Amino acid sequence: MQFWVIQTLNSLALGGLLFMLSSGFALIFGLMRIANLTHGSLFMIGAYVAASVLRGGYSLVVAALVAMVVVGLLGAVIERFILRSLSGNSQGQVLATLGLSFIAADACLMIWGGDPIPINAPEMLRAPLQMFGFTFPTYRLVVLGISMISALLLYLLMERTRLGAMIRAGVDDMQMARAVGIPASQLFTIVFSLGALLAGLGGTVGGPMLNAYPGLDADMLPLALIVVILGGVGSLVGTFVASFIIGFIYTFGIALVPDLAYVILFLPMVLVIAFRPSGLFGSIRA
Amino acid sequence: MMKQSLIYVGLILVLMILPIFFGEYYVNLGSQIMIAAIFAASLNLLVGYGGLTSLGHATYLGLSAYASAWLFSRYGMSHAYTAPIALIFTTFVGAIFGWISLRASGLSFLMLTLALSQIIWGIGYRWVDLTNGDNGISGLTRPTPFGINLENSNNFYWFCLLITILCLFFIARVVNSPFGASLKGTRDQDKRMSALGYNVWKIRWITFVLASFFGAVSGLLYIYLNKYIHPSVISITSSAEALLCVIAGGAGTLAGPILGSILIVLLKNYVSGFVERWNMLLGIIFLFIVIFMPAGMGPGFSQIKKRWFGGKP
Repeated sequence: MQFWVIQTLNSLALGGLLFMLSSGFALIFGLMRIANLTHGSLFMIGAYVAASVLRGGYSLVVAALVAMVVVGLLGAVIERFILRSLSGNSQGQVLATLGLSFIAADACLMIWGGDPIPINAPEMLRAPLQMFGFTFPTYRLVVLGISMISALLLYLLMERTRLGAMIRAGVDDMQMARAVGIPASQLFTIVFSLGALLAGLGGTVGGPMLNAYPGLDADMLPLALIVVILGGVGSLVGTFVASFIIGFIYTFGIALVPDLAYVILFLPMVLVIAFRPSGLFGSIRA
Repeated sequence: MMKQSLIYVGLILVLMILPIFFGEYYVNLGSQIMIAAIFAASLNLLVGYGGLTSLGHATYLGLSAYASAWLFSRYGMSHAYTAPIALIFTTFVGAIFGWISLRASGLSFLMLTLALSQIIWGIGYRWVDLTNGDNGISGLTRPTPFGINLENSNNFYWFCLLITILCLFFIARVVNSPFGASLKGTRDQDKRMSALGYNVWKIRWITFVLASFFGAVSGLLYIYLNKYIHPSVISITSSAEALLCVIAGGAGTLAGPILGSILIVLLKNYVSGFVERWNMLLGIIFLFIVIFMPAGMGPGFSQIKKRWFGGKP
């Protein structure tokens, strides 16, 4: 019983983490039609920056804030100076993000070295929590909590604010949105930066579960792709649901069939594509 | 036409006598370039002529190399059997993956090819019982077709040259055939092609299968050359390198992938001898090509020249 409880909680925590990673990807894809292949790198940079801040003796909260700002700014720079010069050429943009992801991976290797850097959860969250006769790893609960809060904030931003309305309009019909005077240029930068920031937050919050290591980017990017394809491109609800599906499959896969876990991970995506190419909740076929 | 054929024959003759003048290192480098060229040319069918950017093409090189290595090391099968089995198996997987990937188009196609290639990578890297995981498969041999010993690097070079010529000839024939014309049609105007009664999906799928077949051929040569395989061959980096070969040389041209392969293989061999920063360089070349030479090196240089020095296009 303990096994199932722990694994369920692990799945939920991983699902939450995947949502922070993939929601940014989905937002960027939905609005700008860019498959941002640097997304894994942004996640990894978030983790590394947080690790550095923690080494400086600051708390995880400070580390998360710094990582979000750094990665968010990085995202804005990438959008403004590189992707902007390729606007209208979506294949070029994808290839540019692919090139950037190689540069980022090597730059991180140069700066932080090849050894994994552990990111420790705050002292008070390390002790397991005893409840209803079960032992819960406290930090997983915190990760789940943080991801739920960010999902809620993202929902409020999209549904209840003017900015969100503009983003939704852009996702639905970019040409029409431009025609009614929505400042697409600023919107692109904001959304790319927001997506990057979410990835950076994911990297920090996920740090104590995953650590910061070279190759983290290549491990996370396919997960983001699976989630987004499974959920349906451009649908945040789909991303949310798919994040948890993948979180469960991956966690239980590793626990039960470790050799095949990575392969099983892709099955739902393949099945969904075979029967419903637009994804579980998607409406657009990109 | 006559003149063109003479140029090709001359070029082939030059390539044939080259190993006599160069040492073993350079001969092997030549074989590497040819393998990369077949691989890039196969990807070019999709990317250049079909307008379908695949980010998972390393799957097909890797699968056929793995299949050949696996059958040999596990069952001791001879090359006469492993080669056709590897080719058929890989092409079959290509047919399935193509069917799945082509459920989508554009960027979703790209993401799907990447995700599917990760499955194969996952098997190669994590399914240790089957593929020996991170240790890869070693202790392999090269075949001896008609009693010719391919362990000799010159002989292997000529063998590669023969296969390369056959593959490129066939690819050129496909591209210049009516089928090739309809493929280019689906790239440029898929809706119109559809309206004209062409089965766009089928054309793309056939191309995908062809591309995976030629990818499998390059995979066989790869495993013969290296006699060792490691899962990094199926990684995203490997697929990206092939894509870079195609777009650096010029996607949608016959010479493009060859030029690109020469550039990338030489750079990789020389640069990684001096510095460890191959990934950084790969990324920078990628950005440079995409931003400044989107049409590839050939057209790219003349464009830059025009921009900086003026003159007739």
